[in-house]
Amino acid sequence: MRPFKYTRANDAVNAVQIVAANMRSKFLAGGTNLIDLMKEDVMRPDELVDITRLNFTQIKTISDGANKGGVTIGGLAKNTDTANHPLIRQNFPLLTQAILAGASGQIRNMATNGGNLLQRTRCSYFYDTAMPCNKREPGTGCGALEGINRMHAIFGWSRECVAVHPSDMCIALVALDAVVNVQGPKGQTRAIPFADFHRLPENNPEKDTNLQHGELITSIEIPKNNFAGKSYYLKVRDRASYAFALVSVAAALEMEGNRIKQTRIAMGGVAHKPWRAMEAEKFLADKEATEANLRAAADAEMRNAKPLEHNKFKVELGRRAIVRALTQAMNGGRV
Amino acid sequence: MTSDRKEFELLAKDEDRQILADEERLLDELGVFGEARRRFLGQVSSAGLSVLALQTLAEQNAFAAVGEMENAVLAQIENAVKVAFKVNGAEKSLNVDSRMTLLDALRERMQLTGSKKGCDHGQCGACTVIVDGRRVLSCLTLAATCAGKSVTTIEGLAKGDELHPVQAAFIKHDGFQCGYCTPGQICSAVALMNEAKNGEASYVTADVRQKPRSLQLSDEEIRERMSGNICRCGAYPNIVAAIKEVHTGKDVAQTWQFAGENETAIFENESGKEDAQNETV
Repeated sequence: MRPFKYTRANDAVNAVQIVAANMRSKFLAGGTNLIDLMKEDVMRPDELVDITRLNFTQIKTISDGANKGGVTIGGLAKNTDTANHPLIRQNFPLLTQAILAGASGQIRNMATNGGNLLQRTRCSYFYDTAMPCNKREPGTGCGALEGINRMHAIFGWSRECVAVHPSDMCIALVALDAVVNVQGPKGQTRAIPFADFHRLPENNPEKDTNLQHGELITSIEIPKNNFAGKSYYLKVRDRASYAFALVSVAAALEMEGNRIKQTRIAMGGVAHKPWRAMEAEKFLADKEATEANLRAAADAEMRNAKPLEHNKFKVELGRRAIVRALTQAMNGGRV
Repeated sequence: MTSDRKEFELLAKDEDRQILADEERLLDELGVFGEARRRFLGQVSSAGLSVLALQTLAEQNAFAAVGEMENAVLAQIENAVKVAFKVNGAEKSLNVDSRMTLLDALRERMQLTGSKKGCDHGQCGACTVIVDGRRVLSCLTLAATCAGKSVTTIEGLAKGDELHPVQAAFIKHDGFQCGYCTPGQICSAVALMNEAKNGEASYVTADVRQKPRSLQLSDEEIRERMSGNICRCGAYPNIVAAIKEVHTGKDVAQTWQFAGENETAIFENESGKEDAQNETV
């Protein structure tokens, strides 16, 4: 690992100023991804600002404003504490399940919510400094485009990058229409709708998100919803646990009798950002929740998939995963 | 500098030296006696023997030697961070390179080599320790970030000669082969018990909306919750049995047994068949 200066921040304004002043400075929270990437020499900050002592750890009901009745979760709350908080378990079980589908107990105890949003792709070409990678080193090309791309994207990729976003938590958050609150270098704050937080690669795959350098994630807001009884996070992977998704589906339904009043479907493991399955959602609006309709909705979404050489299986897998996740969501989690 | 170290340095200049108690013990352990011992001493350079002997020094001497090394190393530390935290109940204060992980600090600076470096990338769980009551990966934790925290390693679980119940259960159920992943497995399991007591959910929990005060974990739950600890020897069934026994407080039947006459007879029959087939080919 290359040498870096370590600073322990005691207030947010100061932390943001330090990082904003140095393009090679980074915030350090749980470190589960950043420290690994530094060991691999993929990321080379010359300064880390430890923000784990900052007070962005609360999880509480929002008492006023546009998202009144929803919940706000601190950017520095641990993944474990978020997943197990009574407010989240009771009202947003989809988020609990998605967080618990990711990583291991040890890693979830370390990882923060803000850090989860900012984790980098696990594309093996990104990790291997001997390989070309536009995300790691812009202009060097994409090793995966014509390489081993079994784990890679089937939606929204560009010839510059075919990597996928790795988080499970974020798949639930995009389905729940979350909002990311950030604080900037001059003390200013802004709210970023979750669907606009992460980017498709286009010509700038080195940018995973639309955050500016130095901006700090202070909290994530989730609006109130009526999905709690009918939601499910399905994760399909190469082994039963502790592996990244081949395909995952966050599904949530609000029913009126057998009619679907509202549905939210998002997919992981298929794109450079958490993929909101808008085609499937549109198809199901105001329809009966029959198996035929669920299948047709999945078809509508997967029709637009553009698989690579080694990941054609993800199209059929994604189709079935959508149907399965919606079915389990309807049955309160049961198959 | 310890008196032993001084004596070793004198030895390096004196071929006809007297043998030291430490060296004698070392050579006894190596099974080198009489004439062979004299030849051995003649052939091995004094410095080489000193290094060998140093490894067998009493623990307190080793600590003193490392303390000295630490002072020498300190002068060269780039981006040094002073950090104080508790390890197994004892206050520790260290100057560390900002890059030093908690795992390296434990192993290289505190002589707590129970926590193992497996992959060093957060993929195997061999380095699992408990920080402020929560299991974490010490290979992805910077030592500098541990200020004021309380770390428990495998060395801190037993009370004197009395093993922690999870340690005892791992022995009873043969929860390991090579043992390299075991300290991490055990620290992970100890923390897992508390997580279950707190009613924390996992991905395989049927209904996360219900929050029971305390959970009784099924085998499936134990496997999911232990998935961050990889065992390449594949001792998983025995690890699950050990954890289940401590978790439930009830004896878990051992699922393995030595092969009896029936099993060996089957094996003999099968190998007989194979021979017969080979002959007909």
